[in-house]
Formats: sequence, structure tokens, C-alpha cells
Amino acid sequence: MTYTQLAVLGVALVIAWDLWILRTRLLTRQVFWMSYAIIVFFQLLTNGVLTGLRIVRYDGAAILGSTTPAEGPPPIVGDGRLLYAPIEDLLFGFALVVLAMTLWAWWGRRGVQREPRSGPPRRALVPLLAKVGGRSPEDS
Amino acid sequence: MGQWSYLAVMACIFLGTAWLELGLRTRVYRRWRRLLLTVLPVVALFYLWDAYAIASGHWWFDEARITGVRLPLDVPIDELVFFVMVPIAAVLTLEAVRSATGLPVGDEGPPDEAQP
Repeated sequence: MTYTQLAVLGVALVIAWDLWILRTRLLTRQVFWMSYAIIVFFQLLTNGVLTGLRIVRYDGAAILGSTTPAEGPPPIVGDGRLLYAPIEDLLFGFALVVLAMTLWAWWGRRGVQREPRSGPPRRALVPLLAKVGGRSPEDS
Repeated sequence: MGQWSYLAVMACIFLGTAWLELGLRTRVYRRWRRLLLTVLPVVALFYLWDAYAIASGHWWFDEARITGVRLPLDVPIDELVFFVMVPIAAVLTLEAVRSATGLPVGDEGPPDEAQP
């Protein structure tokens, strides 16, 4: 199978895994999508370094775009790439992140180290978090 | 940076998320048994995916910018670090968002014990 096919299959499998197999239903929760929005931003940055500097290179036969060129960086956007990386990497990353988070939530549901719970944030960070839409101190 | 380039990116992921453990009190590293049970299956599965992709020529690496240490099935040790660091970073982010927002994840347990 090509990377494109495997990446699409990976996403389909983790969706089924979350909704119907583990039934963690993280994909239906706001907390997941807020987390994923942060993660995908940093994924594009770090993966942009790995692929833009051609530390990792791809075969055009396995992806929608072309083979990583022998000299110079691949396209920043276009030819099946986004910030130098094949768009398949977004699907790969999604599958990786969803699998990790669902397993974490599942162990918690089973009662494995539900405690100590996360939060509250340190006081020094509260004004900063309020700016980006976090809960106000009186809620916590 | 040469052969440390790949691992330098991994160090950025580690440092970029480790502070959440202290700043947002995520208590993810502290719950290391639950973390280990989470990370190990992810590593196993994605290690195999990586091995298949490398064997099939889907992707390869600039030998001058990875450590050169190869694990079984020809997977660079740098990639193993990736498959450990990224799930940890993902869980840290999830717990950081929960810490900051109080939104439920679904693992809170019985209602009387649940967080607000």
C-alpha cells in the first residue's frame, strides 16, 4: 500500500477505535478539538523543519505529491504538500495523536491513575490563560 | 548540528511541552504508569508502520542528520524517540487544556467525584 492509502486507513481506524471500539468518544468532545488545534499548529512547525531541511524525504510513488528533490527544499505549499510536508503527514499525525489520547482516557475510565487530576494552573499563568479563553480563577 | 538535527527537533517537542507539567499542573509524568500503558501500544504500532514504510521506500532519511543508530527492522533510533515524544506531548496538551478550561474528557469517574 502507498503512504496515502495507509494514512487514510489509519484515520478511519482511529475514528472507529474512539467511537465504537473503546467508546472513549473523544472526537465528540470540545476538549479534544481544542487540544488538536494546538497540536496541529506545532506539528506543522516541527514537521516543516524535518521535511523542509530534507531530514526526512519521501517517494513520489507513495504520496500524492512528488519525490523530495535531491537539491533544495520541496514546495512550501502545493504539489500535495503543506509547509514542506506531505499532507499525508497530517493524517499520520492525527492517527498518532488520537490513538495516544484515547488510550490515556481509556485507562482513566478503567480507574488507572485517575488521580492526581490535572490542574488548576499556577496562579502566575491565570491572567495569561484568561486572555486565551480559559476558565476564570473563581471557577476553579 | 549535523547528526543531531533530528534529535534537536525532538528536544524542542520535549521542552515545548514539559513546562505544562509544572505550569498547568498536568500531572502526566507523575502518573507514569498510566502514561507508560498509553505510550507503549502507540510505539509498538507506529514502529511497525515506520518499519513497513522504510522497507517499502515510502520515506527515508538524510544519513548525515540522524544519529546513525539503527534498531531492529532498520528503524532509526531517532524515529523511536519521535514515537515516544509525540504521544507524551499529545497527552500533556490534552491535560493542559483540561487544566485551563475544566472541560470534561470522559474519564472523570462517578459524578460525585467529577471535576467542575
